[in-house]
Amino acid sequence: MSDLNERVQEITINMGPSHPAMHGTIRLLLTLVGEKVVKCDTQIGYLHRAFEKMCEANIWQAIFPYTDRLNYVSPLMNNVGYAQAVERLIGIDVPERTKYIRVLLCELSRIADHLTCIAAASMELGAFTVFLYCMEARDLIWDRIEELTGARVTPAYVRIGGLARDLPEGFNERVCSILPKIEKVISEVDGLLTNNPIFIDRMRGTGIISSKDAIEIGFTGPCLRATGVNHDLRKRQPYLIYDRLEFEVPVGSRGDNYDRYMVRMEEMRQSIKIIRQVIKDMPDGKINIENTMYILPPKEEVYNTIEGVVNHFKLIIDGIQVPKGEIYDATEAANGELGFYLVSDGSGRPVKCRVRSPSFALMQGLEKMVVGGYLADVIPTFGSINMIGGECDR
Amino acid sequence: MNRELILKIKEDFANDIISFVEDRDMPVFVIRREALLRFVTFLKECAEVKMEQVTDITAVDWFKKREERFEVVYHFYSYTFNHRLRLKVNLFENDAKVPTITEIFSGANWFERECYDMYGIIFLNHPDLRRILLYPEFVGHPLRKDYPIDKRQPLVKLRRPEESRERP
Repeated sequence: MSDLNERVQEITINMGPSHPAMHGTIRLLLTLVGEKVVKCDTQIGYLHRAFEKMCEANIWQAIFPYTDRLNYVSPLMNNVGYAQAVERLIGIDVPERTKYIRVLLCELSRIADHLTCIAAASMELGAFTVFLYCMEARDLIWDRIEELTGARVTPAYVRIGGLARDLPEGFNERVCSILPKIEKVISEVDGLLTNNPIFIDRMRGTGIISSKDAIEIGFTGPCLRATGVNHDLRKRQPYLIYDRLEFEVPVGSRGDNYDRYMVRMEEMRQSIKIIRQVIKDMPDGKINIENTMYILPPKEEVYNTIEGVVNHFKLIIDGIQVPKGEIYDATEAANGELGFYLVSDGSGRPVKCRVRSPSFALMQGLEKMVVGGYLADVIPTFGSINMIGGECDR
Repeated sequence: MNRELILKIKEDFANDIISFVEDRDMPVFVIRREALLRFVTFLKECAEVKMEQVTDITAVDWFKKREERFEVVYHFYSYTFNHRLRLKVNLFENDAKVPTITEIFSGANWFERECYDMYGIIFLNHPDLRRILLYPEFVGHPLRKDYPIDKRQPLVKLRRPEESRERP
């Protein structure tokens, strides 16, 4: 037997960046013995666009379009996360209606993100039908986002101290009307995958990580909850109006691919529940704060009064004057804790605008999850992590 | 974190803490570099602090604004107690080195690599201090304030596949 082992040679193979399952942005240098992975060197950075450097060169408001391009599957969540961090640094509170709209958009984005994850992960396992179903459901959400913001993937909709514009007439009713369709897709996907023996064979027991390792490596979000840690920033450090909403946090137990899939499925159902509550309770009122030090004055004033012109000009040229200080503000994005660490020296441009992205830490844990398993298990593991290149590489 | 706990930490590390602020989001400690490992070990092992995760490691460049140019910033989070803490170490430009905390928190690995990649701060005894987001031939460290935003990089010679296997 030992003779046989000596003859087994280690081989190194290159997976990605041009590999259909690697989303074009990841290179894995895998060392294999037979089909077992013994070493995995994850190389990221193929989508690095110098997010932080660009932020330091721009005024505070001009960073929103950059945040769209972090997690481009749920861009509105990044908008909200960034806006909230700046608002906390300034010390302003947004109107009640804005909070409701932000939560509504966050939860719609969360569903879109989870649908994408499940779609991509199952397509990589050969379930093409699921992919098409999920994409159809995601399009329903993106149609509504397009109606509201004018763009499908790069909305740049949130502003410091408010939103770009109010909801159009009948928007909430149209959102309500797509929810049953999304629910139907979720239950169809549930029927196609959850008890499917082929799917279970590939997902159950692969890509396992223990809760202790997951916490230490920096896991957050659904991947951490799948290991059995009941942690959701929406519950533990509530922001916006999450403390007033009723929802549950699904938790897994094994920390394998199947649990991550199940957690995401349940989170979508909970998000739908949240959306229904938000729409039911949404108050009327203003969406922007009144203070024109931070938000552009209304257009009638800009065109008709000299004060309005000067105010507008100063905000665009010098930027919002954010008081000196620093802040770390985290929100629960679809993939986990999305933190913004902002440092201001009191001028219109940030000294530092750091994004703590969930995907970066998740990718760090990939090695632990695939070593010891088979080469074929790398695909579902990578799929269930839901690495988003833009967010990981920034 | 409650007041008594902070007082206790301040007493225990009286000689090592340079400054302390209770910021609007979390307590912030600035600590001497020599005491970093001891302090981080304490944060992880003390039963009342119990920081289980290093959420983020980054740096701030105070080029021409402060004598000590770099500030390495650590964020910790405790799942048990649901509290956060920010830790800072100040570094001079000609001595931008700090011991790695990967032996205490293995999750610090990539964050420290990124910090090295972007700011050129050396993490002593780091197991694998390579560039992470940029390629090995990249010249300079782009998030330093004296790195011009429109600087161009030299073209990279074609690498043979066997050369690209291990990045230096």
